[in-house]
Amino acid sequence: MTNEASPPRIAVLGAGTGGYPAAFFAAERGFDVTLIDEREAPGGVCLWEGCIPSKALLHAAQVLTDAREAAHIGLNFGEPEVDLDRLREWKDREVVRKMTSGLGQLARGRKVRTVRGRGRFTGRDNLRVAVDGEVTDVGFDYAIIATGSRPTIPPPLRLESDRVWDSTAALELREVPATLLVVGGGYIGLEMATLYAALGSQVTVVEMTSSLLPGGDPDLVKVLAESVAERTHEVLLETRVTEMRESGDGPNGGVEVDLLGNDLDESRTYARVLIATGRRPNSEELGLETVGVQVNDKGFIVVDHQRRTAEPSIFAVGDVAGEPMLAHKATHEARVAVEVIAGEPVAWEPAAIPAVVYTDPEVAWTGLTETEARRRSIEVETARFPWNASGRATTFANPRGVTKLVIEPGTQRILGVGIAGRGAGELIGEATLAVEMGARLDDLRLTIHAHPTLSETLMEAAETFFGTSPHYMSRRR
Amino acid sequence: MPDFKLPSLGEDIQEADVLKLLVSEGDTVTVDQPLMEIETEKATLDVPAEAAGTISKIHVAEGDTITVGQLIITIESGDSAAQQAPSAEPAEQAAAPAPAEPTPAPTEEPKPAEQPEAETQPSSEPEPEVEAPPETPSSAPAQPAQAPSAPAPQPAARPAAEQTAATAAPGDQPAFASPSVRKFAREVGVDIDTVQGSGPGGRISEDDVKLASRNRPAPAAAAPAASAEAPAAPMAGALGTLAAEFRELPDFSQWGPVSREKLSRLRRTVARNMSQSWTEIPHVHLQHHADITAMEDLRQQFKERAREAGGNLTISVMMLKVVASALRAHPKVNSSYDVAAQELILKDYVHIGVAVDTDRGLVVPKIEDVDEKNIIELSIELNEIAERARTNSLTVEEMRGSTFTVTNLGSLGTGYFGPIINWPEVAVLGLGRAQRQAVWNAEKNAFEPRLIMPMSLGHDHRVIDGADGARFMTWIVEAIKNPMLMALEG
Repeated sequence: MTNEASPPRIAVLGAGTGGYPAAFFAAERGFDVTLIDEREAPGGVCLWEGCIPSKALLHAAQVLTDAREAAHIGLNFGEPEVDLDRLREWKDREVVRKMTSGLGQLARGRKVRTVRGRGRFTGRDNLRVAVDGEVTDVGFDYAIIATGSRPTIPPPLRLESDRVWDSTAALELREVPATLLVVGGGYIGLEMATLYAALGSQVTVVEMTSSLLPGGDPDLVKVLAESVAERTHEVLLETRVTEMRESGDGPNGGVEVDLLGNDLDESRTYARVLIATGRRPNSEELGLETVGVQVNDKGFIVVDHQRRTAEPSIFAVGDVAGEPMLAHKATHEARVAVEVIAGEPVAWEPAAIPAVVYTDPEVAWTGLTETEARRRSIEVETARFPWNASGRATTFANPRGVTKLVIEPGTQRILGVGIAGRGAGELIGEATLAVEMGARLDDLRLTIHAHPTLSETLMEAAETFFGTSPHYMSRRR
Repeated sequence: MPDFKLPSLGEDIQEADVLKLLVSEGDTVTVDQPLMEIETEKATLDVPAEAAGTISKIHVAEGDTITVGQLIITIESGDSAAQQAPSAEPAEQAAAPAPAEPTPAPTEEPKPAEQPEAETQPSSEPEPEVEAPPETPSSAPAQPAQAPSAPAPQPAARPAAEQTAATAAPGDQPAFASPSVRKFAREVGVDIDTVQGSGPGGRISEDDVKLASRNRPAPAAAAPAASAEAPAAPMAGALGTLAAEFRELPDFSQWGPVSREKLSRLRRTVARNMSQSWTEIPHVHLQHHADITAMEDLRQQFKERAREAGGNLTISVMMLKVVASALRAHPKVNSSYDVAAQELILKDYVHIGVAVDTDRGLVVPKIEDVDEKNIIELSIELNEIAERARTNSLTVEEMRGSTFTVTNLGSLGTGYFGPIINWPEVAVLGLGRAQRQAVWNAEKNAFEPRLIMPMSLGHDHRVIDGADGARFMTWIVEAIKNPMLMALEG
């Protein structure tokens, strides 16, 4: 500390959804905060090339799909025309720029010092930041590492070619390829498949495991899988890409892909290939070894329940600190880390972290899933309400969906909620509050929900447990 | 700071009642100016302003029960900007001891002068040693909106769930409590996983956490419970006891007009402690009378000398000296009963609690090492301590750790009565009003007027039999008659 009278210094490495909230929380508590990031403004992957731009484009995809499907209720718009340049400009300027520059203003307003560049620990109280060839030293009393993650591509799929995209490239929206192979049936792959299918690409999804959204509850995945099957050309499960190479040139240029499945062993050619096989934490080249911060075999920084690393003055939050790699998890961890530094007795102990897949329809879950309960041998009961019994869902052209409660036997406490269907991502908020508050089935079913809304399906699902749903016959308990 | 919250009131104190608001909205206050008078379980205290400025909003009303950390007053800062955490000039922020190396130990930050801490801990503070497990930074909630001056990362109460980012360790359900209750549990140092929920389905409420906090078992190190116990009984299990006794009252208004009065915190504490002592301890009561004629003569003879020294020589003071000698001669009466260990804890010191009637109710400050002080010294000390009891300026320490209690109702005209033992002590002596009585003097073959004082001993039959109690009483009676006994045996 340079001056007895000055507040402790916190250096935050990375300005994504873990880093910038950490910096802001810390600044509001009077710490002397420096936020280090390569980009011109805060936001990180989420704002620049992740959640925000993808949701903007998925909104566009939804409008396209709705316009097309409206024909079946008597509304004919004709085939929509897509002005790709305008769509890209809207996404870049009116969505991404607006939000990131807003964050820049908020940082200045909170007197957060920003340093642009890559930071590297040179000691337990210093980060060296390389800025355009120049080096700046940032001293700190506490550091919060929030360097995030990046797409990872398995070796057989590594092909230096602009015909092979990762999610970042896909969101640049350079073109709408005639055919697109999406490698990976997880949420990123399926969101991109949803987007490009709506834009007009013929999309094929290849997934190594036996199900889309691996790890998701089968009844929820089923709702999405039906929709994906309708809108894409093909879904290849239990199939792997063994090799890829460029083929052809110019407009006919594509990628030849060797596919190997249970009864499939052939090469097919796609105009573009999107690799969405996962992300890995950005824990390399940070000088962690020089400060004693430990990293596990998957590259995640090892932290305790207060997000503290092996070096007590250094904390880690967000993707780099472990699964699930979700923006809102990073933000909550940032809160914990800053409060711990401020001396408060807090801990990372959420009962529920919501996850939302922004496909059409959306899939969302929070708290304990049925699959996870089975894996951990936790005895649970479930209550389901299918959306075809929902008045509100029926007023949509596509009433596909299900709301499911995962319940602790005996106490009837709600441990988790899974929802598939339009608007699931918004509905999961109430569900998460219910889980965090320790709500029981009665709390949910005795809370009046507006009719007709999709939120009623949470109340109705609770009713089905007792066999008292007015709209759905189920076994009485 | 614009929003002012109720600061920490001491180790286990989470609530207080607002007795009196001393300021109004629109008032201008200076730093340390009292904002309101609040009452905790045994102490009444002022809450001082931590910043100067104008009161824009008072969030509580007289009679409210408020909790630590609750927003009580909003002060629009005058010159307090420096105290505001955000964006205030960091250079001016109060104390910022250099956290050269972050230690996991809670760093108690020196607070501005009037911080209630020590002063406000109520005397009934149940189990002092128990209340502050090292991992609980009782200071943390005390400085809610303040700039972090001495960050001292604390381990939280909940055990680490490995290094996983998942919501819970395998097989482990999150606690059945809302986030605010879980946060509260950490603040008071209770492991939420050990709390029994009383809500529907076993959901844990804030009250459940409070109860768990009070019932926390004493760590092994705190076993010599007797050494520093509060004079009043602890709350351990007390709520349970009360709950068991709780019976629905009839509607009294059917028989005539009634009104209701909220019990003060001190009153509630006394009620709880007395009911606990009375139900747990099998009391034996012995009555005896002492001839204090000679003692009164001595008192008259020396009271001027005591007054010159600043004391007030009373029968109570002289009795303290006698009782101290009696306790030395009867160590079992100067003990505590450790039920858990099935042991008697004998104390090699004599600290006598003196029951003092104040307008707030009963308090029991102690006088230390009574056996080592002379009567003049005791007369000074008792005078002081009684005065401070009446002006409500006793510290918690002064009300903890007595080994025996004396209560004198004589000034109110009482004769014999049945005093209740001040747990964890095992005996209590009640003094009644001395009166001149005709006593037969066999030698002179005549009645003589003698000054006779009724005495009532209450003792714990689990550790002191009736005969032991009688011997103790008789020793006192004889010592009063013949002070040499004190020199010989006391």
